[in-house]
Amino acid sequence: MFRFRDRETAGRIVEGLRKMGLNLFLMHVCGTHQDTLVRYGLDRLLEPCGIKIRQGPGCPVCVTTQREIEEALALARRGKLVATFGDMVGVPGESGSLAGLRGEGADVRVVYSIRDAVGLAERTGKEVVFLAIGFETTAPSTAITLLRDPPPNFSVLCCHRYIPPAIRALLDMGETRVQGLIEPGHVSTVIGTRPYEEIAERYRIPQVVAGFEPLDLLMGVYLLAKMVQRGEVGVRNEYTRSVRPEGNVRALKAMGEVFEPVDVDWRGFPVIPGSGMALREEFEEHDARKRYEDELRELEGKEFRAHPSCRCDRVLRGLLDPPDCPLFGRVCTPRSPVGPCMVSSEGSCAIEYKYGRREPSGQPA
Amino acid sequence: MCLAIPGRVVEKRGELARVDFGDGTLREVDVSLVEVEVGQYVIVHAGFAIQVLDEEEARESLRLWQELLSQG
Ligand code: SF4
Repeated sequence: MFRFRDRETAGRIVEGLRKMGLNLFLMHVCGTHQDTLVRYGLDRLLEPCGIKIRQGPGCPVCVTTQREIEEALALARRGKLVATFGDMVGVPGESGSLAGLRGEGADVRVVYSIRDAVGLAERTGKEVVFLAIGFETTAPSTAITLLRDPPPNFSVLCCHRYIPPAIRALLDMGETRVQGLIEPGHVSTVIGTRPYEEIAERYRIPQVVAGFEPLDLLMGVYLLAKMVQRGEVGVRNEYTRSVRPEGNVRALKAMGEVFEPVDVDWRGFPVIPGSGMALREEFEEHDARKRYEDELRELEGKEFRAHPSCRCDRVLRGLLDPPDCPLFGRVCTPRSPVGPCMVSSEGSCAIEYKYGRREPSGQPA
Repeated sequence: MCLAIPGRVVEKRGELARVDFGDGTLREVDVSLVEVEVGQYVIVHAGFAIQVLDEEEARESLRLWQELLSQG
């Protein structure tokens, strides 16, 4: 339907960028952008143009904390059927992974959609817990499902998060001299472009909402580069075929009815105010944290650590390229991942391993 | 996790639709979050359509880019 992979146009964009004589550091917060960037070798095309792009905390699996993984593990150990998206199953917590528990006989299921998890509750009659991760792209599906009065044996371990507070946190921390942001097309499809206007105002930073085809991303970078050159602050929308200023109003309404913002931590970040989605009191019956309070009590007050050499925290804050992690490609591979960034198909480390051609540098980071 | 991908609605029954992803895959998708008709393209994520793609806008983008690029 759409011609968003045309080589000639791509070549013209890159040529235009090269002529600008740039020295730019940009960030995006989306695993799909990272995939497009590395899979099509755009990162290597942009480097000679003086453009460096890193993925920040934009991988839902990666930012899920050790505690949240331990919660799911605790429930699986106590005989609940835990259903979740594929990548989540392989992420190592401190005491193992869901995949590991499945090997020991726990009932862990991979689902494509929350609808499949509800189906499991209906068919098996078991206590089904859906480990719900994802940003605003995924959260509407959880909201709609809860609004439809799912079966009483179905509950949600809610780990959904909002993207704009994480962007604010990243800019507040000020560790990177990021000059422009490529905003995520599908999160923005749901939330619209307005939340970024506030960010532009407050942090004086240019932003472009971009889609996921190679030309979308290149064009997004081009628009952003032009904005930086002109000293323009604001938000531009490259992905107009999907993103409207107001977002998806129905989805936002459902989310508002079901979730309330709470302060939660993200892997690699301290607690980010208002960045977590908690189920409102009306949905208590389907809230796994309330319903299984007794089963989860053993986790109270505990601290859970990640592997001491894993640099996912720095990768997620946009401070490090995966090959600069001392474990990358040697100890840590998709077959035996040490951190979530190597497990998730949206993680920088997994994407680099799969498509990147850079050798591990071996430099301690 | 699962990416969000575009597909074309080929059949609709209430909140559910059959969506053709063009590579021979047809899936049942919940379309309750969007207003869509058979023949239109939707962006699908985790079994739910999150938006209807605007074909007019898509063509317009491609045209605008060419214009922008020729200005240098
Ligand atoms: S390569 Fe592995 S250990 Fe290193 S940051 Fe990535 S996931 Fe963590």
